[in-house]
Amino acid sequence: MRKYQIIKTRTPMPQQDPHERAHNFSEVALGYTEEMAIKEANRCIQCKTRPCVKGCPVEVPIPEFIAKVAAHDFEGAIDKIKEKNVLPAICGRVCPQETQCEAKCTLGKITGSRPVAIGRLERFVADWEQRVKDIGEFDEGTCVDLSGKTKVAVIGAGPAGLTCAGELAKLDYDVTIFEAFHKTGGVLVYGIPEFRLPKKIVQKEIDNLRECGVKIKLDAVVGKLYTLEDLEEQGYKAFFIGVGAGLPIFLNIPGIELNGVLSANEYLTRVNLMKAYDPSYDTMVDSGKVIAVLGGGNVAMDSARTALRLGAEKVIVVYRRSEKEIPARREEYEHAVEEGIEFHFLRNPTKIIGDEKGFVKEMEVIKMELGEPDASGRRRPIPIPGSEYTISVDLVIMAIGTRANPLLTQNIPNLKLNKWGYIEVNKHMQSSIPNVFAGGDIVTGSATVISAMGAGKEAAKGIHKFLQGKLDDS
Amino acid sequence: MGWKILSKKFLNNEQSVFEMVVEAPDMAKKAHGGNFVILRLTEQGERFPLTVADYDVEKGTITIVVMKIGKSTTELSLMEPGEEILDFVGPLGKSAHIEKYEHPVVLVGGGVGIAPIFPQAKELKAIGNHVIVILGARTKDLLFWEDKFRQIVDEVIVTTDDGSYGKKGFVTDRLKELMENKPLSHVIAIGPIIMMKFVAKLTNGQGDLPKIPTTVSLNPIMVDGTGMCGGCRFLTLDGQAKFACVDGPDVDGHNVNFDNLIARNSRFQREEHERLEKFEHECKLLAMADKAEGECKE
Repeated sequence: MRKYQIIKTRTPMPQQDPHERAHNFSEVALGYTEEMAIKEANRCIQCKTRPCVKGCPVEVPIPEFIAKVAAHDFEGAIDKIKEKNVLPAICGRVCPQETQCEAKCTLGKITGSRPVAIGRLERFVADWEQRVKDIGEFDEGTCVDLSGKTKVAVIGAGPAGLTCAGELAKLDYDVTIFEAFHKTGGVLVYGIPEFRLPKKIVQKEIDNLRECGVKIKLDAVVGKLYTLEDLEEQGYKAFFIGVGAGLPIFLNIPGIELNGVLSANEYLTRVNLMKAYDPSYDTMVDSGKVIAVLGGGNVAMDSARTALRLGAEKVIVVYRRSEKEIPARREEYEHAVEEGIEFHFLRNPTKIIGDEKGFVKEMEVIKMELGEPDASGRRRPIPIPGSEYTISVDLVIMAIGTRANPLLTQNIPNLKLNKWGYIEVNKHMQSSIPNVFAGGDIVTGSATVISAMGAGKEAAKGIHKFLQGKLDDS
Repeated sequence: MGWKILSKKFLNNEQSVFEMVVEAPDMAKKAHGGNFVILRLTEQGERFPLTVADYDVEKGTITIVVMKIGKSTTELSLMEPGEEILDFVGPLGKSAHIEKYEHPVVLVGGGVGIAPIFPQAKELKAIGNHVIVILGARTKDLLFWEDKFRQIVDEVIVTTDDGSYGKKGFVTDRLKELMENKPLSHVIAIGPIIMMKFVAKLTNGQGDLPKIPTTVSLNPIMVDGTGMCGGCRFLTLDGQAKFACVDGPDVDGHNVNFDNLIARNSRFQREEHERLEKFEHECKLLAMADKAEGECKE
């Protein structure tokens, strides 16, 4: 039996220099080399309990793929991952591994030791595959043809929809994804910036799905262009709704109507999907010297770092709680700090002040202190009366969350929604309408890419059982 | 994959306004007055909204009427029948509210806003309303579709700012005359924001004239058109922020902060101007190059 030596420190991830990367849109984390990957894979002690697998929403066989990496069998490693995860290059980059698989890692429980860098290894293996299989342009002729099989419609081409479609194609269904935008990927293409998730990587994963027989219909707003009844008439037997959360929330303070106040959704969509950072593209994006981003999540970090890359002299993140409560991934927060983003903790805007032409000029903020824990378990921020002061800003980007988008759900009679407008589902991800399944943010509210993927996968299982007449209600 | 342009027709001598018929059979089945479409012309192009000006379920077509104002609309004006629009997304927004009213309904179309009142006039007439339209333009050359309206509605009133055609004056002058003469059930106004503002002011019941429910159509800056970006938000008079793309684009004209709407539409004015100038300059250079090439060949 092989003896494992405990190596407490992780193999570092090569990164672009913070000063340099703050001015470009190239990927920040550069990825492991083969040597680094093998070295890190050898840290895994292959413990019997495999707690990391339980930490993964899609249950990737983590120790098994890591063993393959350690043995220099990268092909075997990717096959192992793909048994459970159809989008590994994406997950390896954007999953919050530190709260999922890596949080459970046995090695991380040893004093002074850090968990195996599972995310970095997953990314390495997926990138390795994309590199060796890079045989040029996508060729429709090589796609599996599932026409004639039972038809299933997937609404929304984000992480939930893509995963569900991929799983259903594996189960031999004729799947078509209906996407409202002109591009596939949902939040992966409109939300997460290029420097965190290159769009080329997303495109490759989507091409892989198409090769497996998944069809994609773009510019198709279900709820407007087609109702579910229309699609039933076209022969679709079951539906998966993965349309995301959608509507951006604006703080209810004076001044939100000013030019220069925008949602993170709009800011990021203009820059990512519409490529406003590239002068050869027509889409415009608001610019300014001093930019304030409201919120403390990953979307706030993405917006702040994007603003910096678009040439802002100063970017301030304004968050109403303290550093400890920040919901963003630690890594994203640290990257933002390294790049020079300023953080104003325990502050909340009270009004936005405009100039005579209706453009943002200043923002008034109030100091906050933390009180008793609220329903979320985090200490509630309380304004300190009379502590208001004003800062000069050119743009205010609101990254404070989203609400359920009723565009589709309001056009499906009898679909049961909860009081916030999200779709109610059972453990099979089945809604109140038997052949309609749902998952991702439109069920849970804003969450992570991987949890949406997990839901998409569960829903595919549910749809399969339903279509075989084997779905029980237990 | 794209959406084929079936015809293009300039509606004025100046060639600044044009009508385009696009093949979109699925959309034609669902489109109604009040809806809009989002277009993207090229891979590098922006997404921009246009209101549906007509639809034909049998022919499977959507008609749009466009005024050349920026780069994208200028580029669209240069496209020819047979060519394809890269993205043509819709029908978006709420459909116009159509009901049988007791008294006549007046539809006011100003400038390029003449076009989107057409499908609403058609739908209102189809269920038996007495429909009056007021078509207004700066000058005779900018007035279009008069005959098209005459074929479907009860009365057509034409007015131009300079008096070159119809009665001289503004659409509000004509509306005021109507309001003074007979009871009206509803007013629908589509056109420049300033026009809609004054129509709404006339009908809000705060002057000498009775209040008439009034619908206006908003056309703010937007990206996705499905509620996702919030760029199209507008203020109601009671201070609420709403999204034109999902709460509209047709909204209660008596509850819109028009001044804020005007300010919000100036958001990219400078950038848009610079971009259009650059585009026109490039077009000129291309035309010069083509000409030079032609001369060389000769």
